[in-house]
Formats: sequence, structure tokens, C-alpha cells
Amino acid sequence: MANYLLIDFGSTFTKLCAIDTEAEDIIETASYFTTVDTDIRAGYHEALNRLFMKIGSPIEFEQVIACSSAAGGLKMAAIGLVEELTVEAAKRVCLGAGAKVDLVFSHHINKSEIQQIIDRKIDIILLAGGADGGNSECVLFNANLLGEMGIHIPIIYAGNKSAQDEIRDTFEQYGMDGYICDNVMPKVNVMNIDPARDMIRQIFLDKIIEAKGIKAIESEIDAVILPTPNAVLEAAKLLSEGYLDESGLGDIVVLDIGGATTDMYSICSVSRRSDVIVSGLEEPFAKRTVEGDLGMRYSAPGIIKSLSQQEIEFINKEKNVDIEEEVQKRYNDVKSLPQNAHDEFIDQFLAEVCAYRAMHRHVGRIEEVYTPMGKVYNQTGKDLTDIKYVIGTGGVIINSNDKENILRRTTNILHNPTELRPQDPLFLVDQKYILAAMGLLKQKNPYLALRIMKKYIVEI
Amino acid sequence: MKTIVIGVIGADVHAVGNKIIEFTLSNAGYHVVNIGVLSSQEDFINAAIETAADLILVSSLYGHGEIDCRGMREKCIEAGIADICLYVGGNIVVGKQDFSEVKTRFLEMGFNRVYPPGTPIDDALKDIREDLGE
Ligand code: B12
Repeated sequence: MANYLLIDFGSTFTKLCAIDTEAEDIIETASYFTTVDTDIRAGYHEALNRLFMKIGSPIEFEQVIACSSAAGGLKMAAIGLVEELTVEAAKRVCLGAGAKVDLVFSHHINKSEIQQIIDRKIDIILLAGGADGGNSECVLFNANLLGEMGIHIPIIYAGNKSAQDEIRDTFEQYGMDGYICDNVMPKVNVMNIDPARDMIRQIFLDKIIEAKGIKAIESEIDAVILPTPNAVLEAAKLLSEGYLDESGLGDIVVLDIGGATTDMYSICSVSRRSDVIVSGLEEPFAKRTVEGDLGMRYSAPGIIKSLSQQEIEFINKEKNVDIEEEVQKRYNDVKSLPQNAHDEFIDQFLAEVCAYRAMHRHVGRIEEVYTPMGKVYNQTGKDLTDIKYVIGTGGVIINSNDKENILRRTTNILHNPTELRPQDPLFLVDQKYILAAMGLLKQKNPYLALRIMKKYIVEI
Repeated sequence: MKTIVIGVIGADVHAVGNKIIEFTLSNAGYHVVNIGVLSSQEDFINAAIETAADLILVSSLYGHGEIDCRGMREKCIEAGIADICLYVGGNIVVGKQDFSEVKTRFLEMGFNRVYPPGTPIDDALKDIREDLGE
């Protein structure tokens, strides 16, 4: 019998998922607080104790692998030239690699922006700019200034290929921790995600987890192999696409509402229609967006900021609450869990706002252009109207008494004809909170990971 | 190799001429960045910045060229490509207006070359050579 243990070192919880590969089933799951501030192993041991208690006795594992978003996750700065092009391309690559993009800069950067990179304790910088053969002046300026300012954190250069040699010289000249990679946007509006994403992942594993005290766990387990959001994206892709004779679910959206961020993943092509003209930067088939100002605890104040004074007063009156005070309470105690029906009611409301707003920013838009042949449509971003399933994960959704109403906020409830939101999806929930674990298992046994997901990710 | 950004501006969907222009200019030895139909001024300018282009060649076929092109030179100046060459052609205004007046208006808007309806792109090649070389 071969058992695998899959671990997700999250920002708050260390989550364990034990798998029996022969029975093709989950044996048990368990969790405990993440203790990366002291010793990451302590929380892991406690979680393991709980797991064995649930199982009834300790068991052996053939493989123990982990993903991590502990100690602030992977914090990146994305630098490009033009906002809609290489800046956006760089940002998307970081998000696809499972990073949080804390800083985004365009054109010539300045010293105060570089100071922010230092102050915000950025882990990796992605420096892009220029299509291949295009502008190289800007990336050279930026690399030089970063060098002059004594930046020694890892920098990945993924801009105009024609500037690679000079960039390499700059890295050497200033003794920087630089890496050269294929351009994220080799041609205008064409994206090249994989090389830079793989390099980010590699640097995360080689350097960042060490610096954050996560690597200590490798004295006890086989390896940390992915950033958590990257594991979730991998799982979502597998669940959508299928593997061998095991079919996938087709086009899906995954919504993960956490304490600090709301993550949205869509796995589908940009459009299935032949009557639209799609413009703008090429959209990734597997797309992740992260809203750092939408979350249940640490980022709850961002929800209030996204509302107008009139909306706040309307909510207070209609729901008979003081929403600003409720949000402040949650921000002050980020580990708090709902204690009563009132708390649950507020959390439900906040989650619904997060879901609505996060989809508003993730989804594509469409506009009509008239011709004698009838209408022509101009689309930017992804068309999610035909999405088959919207899948919820994360504590607030899993524990909600009204999951469907959170997930329904991703659809076109306000009948806005310009937003290409899912029209009539089915709603599923990652009830056992296993998506990240299945992204890990995919690296070892995709077939099994898919079968387990199909069993445990269930309709509401 | 000199780089030319081409596209059809505004809400204009006339796609055929755009393909011919791409073909002709590529054959003439230019690096052509084609941003296609339904392109805004910003789309042209952004592509020109990223590709360090030497010329932006705007097509407008449906008659609203004047509205669509207004302010484009100013935006180029703001975006740091003040000296880039701007061409416009196609059917840039509605109907049969006196073209010399139309041309003056577009020159005042900061376009370097303005072409009347029916000008084949081959006719413009001579000007491109003169302005860019190669
Ligand atoms: C096919 C066509 C359509 C198709 C387009 C299909 C498609 N997706 O491509 C459809 C039916 C959608 C269409 C719609 C409309 N059309 Co129409 N269409 C035409 C038509 C018949 C042919 C265009 C074509 O493909 N020509 C062949 C190509 C090779 O030539 P070209 O486009 O002119 O491009 C060449 C030159 O102009 C030049 N050129 C182009 N740009 C530049 C730039 C520079 C710098 C230079 C030097 C040269 C240059 O080089 C190109 C290559 O040789 C023309 C009439 C005509 N015979 O030209 C009308 C025409 C362009 N359309 C016209 C109009 C009015 C419209 C509509 C507004 C109609 C309406 N009321 O709804 C809509 C607008 C739709 C929109 N939003 O864009 C008018 C424009 C009138 C004007 N400007 O004064 C025309 C001229 C018909 C007319 N005589 O009234 N149209």
C-alpha cells in the first residue's frame, strides 16, 4: 500500500491531506496553525498528530510533498514598459507563477520606486519591457538604476531579447543576482508565459523558501515543490482538461476567498464565438487574478473602500448593521472566526462583495459595433459566459450556510450586458479543501489527482 | 530593420486593405507590427513604444478618420515618441470633400503624410523610403 502525504503551508493554517493511492481515496485531512515565525516544523508536527489521531494510529508515507504560501507567500514586483503591454504581461506571468504582485511599475523607474521594493521586502523582481527587437533603452535604464541602488534580491530579466547581452553585463557589473529568460511579450499582444513562470518557480524553491524559514521542513519531508496558488492553478487546469480516459469538467472558474486576498482562476479559451473581434494582450488559457484589496480579514477594509458612502449607508440601513465597525473588528483580529449567527451573516455579506468585485475585475468586456452586415462585437479580456462550473474554495465559502449565494455573485446578477460573466453555471464546492493538495499530487500522479477531485468537489 | 506599426483606427472593421498593406510593406523589407482593425490611438502608440517603431501608418476606411485621429500627435508627445512619423490614408473622411482642405487639416493635426482615397500603398512606399530609408 502506498500512502502520500500532501501538505499546504498556508499563511494561517498548515493543511495536511493523506492519500491512499491504491484505494484512490483520501484517508484523512487535518490542520493546525502555521508556525513559520518560530519553527515551521512545530505546527507541522501538531497537524500530523491530529491527522494520526483521526486515523487512529500513525501510518507511513511513501511520499511527503508540500506547497507553501507561508511567511507572506511569494512577493513580487513586476516592471515593464507600457502599462497595457509588457507591464500587464509581466504581472500576469507573476500571478500565473503563484506570486502576489505587490508592486507594478512602468516606463523608467525612479529611486523612490526602488525604495518601495526594498521597504516592501519584495522576494523577486520580474523586469520586462520591449518586444523582441524593439525598445531596449528602457530596460537598460531600469536594470542600471536597480544595480546602482544596490538591489541584490533575485531579478529575472524577461524583456526584449536584443538587450539580453547588455543586461547580463549590467548584472555582472553590479554583482546582482540576475537571471536571463525569454521575453514575456516577444511580439506586440503575444504572450510567452512559461519560461519566466518556470524560472520564478525555480528561484522560489532554490532561494525564497530558504530565506523565509520554510526550507527547514525539508529535513522531515521530501520537498516543497510549488507556491500554493500555483498548485491551485495546476489543479484547476487538470480538473478542467481531464487526463487520459478520465474526462475533465470543461470550462471552469475557481473562486478562492481568503483573509488577505480573493483569487479568481478561469480555465477556458478567450472566446468561442466567431462573430467577435478580440483585441488587446493575448489572454492565458489558465488565468489567475488576485485582488489584494478584497479579503475577509486583513483586507476587509478594502471592501469598504470599494463602496461609495451611499452604498455603505444603504447596506447599514438595509442589513441593520454598522458595516464599517464590523470590518474594523475583523481587521483588528485577523484570526477571528464567526462566533454567532450575526458574525456569519456579516462574513457572508463580505464574501458576496468579494466574489462580485473580483469577477468584475477578472472578466472580459464586450462592445457592439454596427455594420450593414449586422453587429460586430469587439471583445477585450476573457468571455466566461459559457463556463460550465464555478467552484468555490477557501474557509469562508466552505463554512458558509449559503454557499450558492456567494458563488452566484460571479454571474451576471446585475444584467450588465457589457460584462462577459458566467451565464448559467453549476456551483461546486471544494468541501474538503483539497485543491492545493491535488495540484501537488498532479506532479506525481495526475490521473489519481483528477479522480479524487471529481469525487470530492461536489455540487452544492 | 526599420519598424512600422500599422492598423485600422477607431470602430472601423475594414480588414482587407490592412492585410494588403502588411504584405506589401513586409515584402519591401520592413518589420511590420500589425495591430489590426478596431485599434485605438493608444493601441498604436503603445505598440510603437514597445517595438521602438519608426513610423505609425494609420488606415481609416469608414469615414470617421478625422474624429478618430484628433489628438494623436499630442499623445505621441506625452508618450515620449514625439518625433515618430505619422501617416494616414484610406477613405479618411466622408464622401467627396475637397482633398486639399482635408489634407491641410490632417497636417495641422501633426500627421507627416496624408493620402487621398484610392492611393495604393505602393505609391506611399517611395515616401516611406524617403522618410525612413531602406
Ligand atoms: C467590404 C466593405 C465593407 C465590409 C468590410 C468587411 C471587412 N471586415 O473587411 C463591411 C460590410 C463590414 C463594411 C461596413 C461598412 N462600410 Co464598407 N466597404 C467595403 C468595400 C465595399 C470594400 C473595402 C475593401 O475591402 N476594399 C479592398 C481593399 C484592398 O481596399 P481598401 O480597404 O480601400 O484599402 C486599400 C487602400 O485604401 C489603401 N490604404 C488604406 N489605408 C491606407 C493608409 C495609407 C497611409 C495609405 C497610403 C493607403 C492606405 O491601401 C489599401 C490596400 O491597397 C468599400 C468600398 C470600396 N470599394 O472600397 C466600402 C466602404 C469602405 N465602406 C463604407 C462604409 C460607409 C461602411 C459602413 C459605415 C456602412 C454602414 N453605414 O454601416 C460600415 C462601417 C463598418 C465599420 N464599423 O467599419 C464606405 C466608406 C465611405 C467613406 N469613407 O466616405 C465605402 C467606401 C463604400 C462607399 N463607397 O460608400 N464595409
